[in-house]
Amino acid sequence: MSSLGERFSVLAKPVTRSLFAIIIGLVIGALFLVIRGYDPLAGFYHLFKGAFFTEIGLASTLGYATTLLLVGITFGLGMRAGLFNIGAEGQLMIGAMAAVFASTFSLPPGLNLLVGIIFSMLAGALWALPVAILKVKKGVHEVVSTIMLNWIAFYLCLYLVLGPLSSPGISSTSIRIPSSSRFPLLFGTLSSAIFIAILFAIIVYFIMWHTRLGCKIRAVGFDQESARYMGINPGRAMMIGFILGGLAAGLAGGALIMGVPPNYAVATNLTNIIGYGFAGIAVALIGRNHPLGMIFSAIFFGGLWSGKRNMQIFTGVPVEIVDIVIGIIVICAALPELLDIIKKRIKRGTG
Amino acid sequence: MMFKIPRFLTKKSVLVIILFVVVITILYAMQSADLKVSSLIMISLDAMIPLGLVAIGEVVNERAGTTNVGLEGIMLLSSFAAVLGAEIMGNWAMGIIAGIVTGASIGLIHGFISIYAKGDQIISGMGINLFAAGFVAYGIWTIWTPGAHMLSTGLGMPRISTPWGGLSWFIPITIVLALVIHFIFYKTRWGVWLRAAGESPGAVDASGINVFRLRLLACIFGAILAALAGAFMSLDWVHMTTNSLPAGRGFIALACVVFSGLRPISALGAAIIFGFFGGLSTWMMAVPQVVAVIPPGVDNFVKMIPYIVTIIAVAVVVSRRRFPKSVGRPYRREEI
Repeated sequence: MSSLGERFSVLAKPVTRSLFAIIIGLVIGALFLVIRGYDPLAGFYHLFKGAFFTEIGLASTLGYATTLLLVGITFGLGMRAGLFNIGAEGQLMIGAMAAVFASTFSLPPGLNLLVGIIFSMLAGALWALPVAILKVKKGVHEVVSTIMLNWIAFYLCLYLVLGPLSSPGISSTSIRIPSSSRFPLLFGTLSSAIFIAILFAIIVYFIMWHTRLGCKIRAVGFDQESARYMGINPGRAMMIGFILGGLAAGLAGGALIMGVPPNYAVATNLTNIIGYGFAGIAVALIGRNHPLGMIFSAIFFGGLWSGKRNMQIFTGVPVEIVDIVIGIIVICAALPELLDIIKKRIKRGTG
Repeated sequence: MMFKIPRFLTKKSVLVIILFVVVITILYAMQSADLKVSSLIMISLDAMIPLGLVAIGEVVNERAGTTNVGLEGIMLLSSFAAVLGAEIMGNWAMGIIAGIVTGASIGLIHGFISIYAKGDQIISGMGINLFAAGFVAYGIWTIWTPGAHMLSTGLGMPRISTPWGGLSWFIPITIVLALVIHFIFYKTRWGVWLRAAGESPGAVDASGINVFRLRLLACIFGAILAALAGAFMSLDWVHMTTNSLPAGRGFIALACVVFSGLRPISALGAAIIFGFFGGLSTWMMAVPQVVAVIPPGVDNFVKMIPYIVTIIAVAVVVSRRRFPKSVGRPYRREEI
């Protein structure tokens, strides 16, 4: 049995690495602010104050975190299986549309919500299926196929939101989700969807680290050839990795539409359902592709998303600076040994 | 497999048949509707250029053993830098240089991360894409107005005049580049080293050539071609800059690379095919007779065409292709 101290030191390394990437992201982001004549300290002060230190802000932070956690799982689970699954963007859109579609059944309140959740998850998985089949049967790299499917999903949703699922009264949104299939609110704008997301993360953690299936998936991700020699079918493991990811991304779309007031509908230009999938990459990498680590990183990135409006209102800093910071964080996360390289250089310099 | 595929249905012949049917259908439709075939061809040629340039650059990069999925981001950054450079200096040529410098520096960063620091190349590439989307939106917002910026009139690149409209100078440049790269690949010593760096970097290293530097140069070269594609899009084609200008073309170009089996001339061919479908989609939305027939909303399916064609084409062809052994894997010298 490992002692508490040992456990702590095992945890400390990835945590410092993630914090290091975040700090570099914020510093370079601050540089871009200085170049254009903004005050970075004031900007980040209002960003984090708006995100974590007001009740409205905290509710919206956790609301964003709900979605980001689920799309983070899509990507992180893929990474564990050795896949680069960046299809969460499209799978989320399709999941959101499925939730809107399911809400039109007008079933009794609780059941309608449940049907909505199931529909959105299945729709997400369905959108991941072609990627999985192309990868396993044909060897098509998932980066190309997922990006193409993201664009196809984008135009399909534009069609749906203006056509079959358009709202008869309002021209700027799809059909609004009736109150019978909305997630109950906890406080402010935060809905109980966050429990579903955390539950999903825990289930994924359990599957990946406490079942034989999860062990096989991780073995394939670690070294596909060795896994094959051990008698594991890599194709099957990758299929399951894609489909679990699709379920998560679809659920993210459903939770976004059924759990975020005041819209409860997809905007006709899709602005309220785009961008999450790619932010999920950062969530997964900073959470070290671990479902429980991702809970914390999702709250951090949820804070960036929710505080950026506050930052823009008080200091005039464009919200896009947050995307720059996220991009830099991802680039830093590509360098797992960055901290070690710097340490080595410093040692060589002084010694 | 339970069923057997008939012999004459090789993958190449299926593609040729599909293409043939599409072309015949289009020409028939045009003949009956009095449409301008020439405008479709001109649009397709324009749509071919960014795909071709990016694909040729990535062929060189992958042959040397590095992958770059951040080409979309490099196109985006350089399309923005090109407009900025052109407007500041009042000259399109300076815009192109600004685009190239931007692309080369991003290529240098990506090359450093993936070759020297041995980081994850795909994550680094996606980071570049995310960064580019944020950076360009931020730049357009703080320099001009939020959203999109139209290039000032008179700063667009001149075109070769033909009876059917202006033809971009980038068309001959792209074709010549494909031929030159083909020549370098198969007829010169540099080509042998480059191809060997992707297959067996250890052997190249043992023969006294710096694999790291070779790969870095190839990576920067690929990034410069992607930057040229971005500069073409903003200065020569659509005359504007937004943060969604490439619209997936960087990834369609990656599909072209897969399609080509890492041969530069085949990459150009793939770009012509995929560019045609991209052009077809744009052209259909611009022809009044077509727009009149399409019910509102259904135009979104027309816009899907290039992406659907890409995914199908890659699915049909990819399993035949063989890639260099060490592509995507950083080279480590054996520690003594």
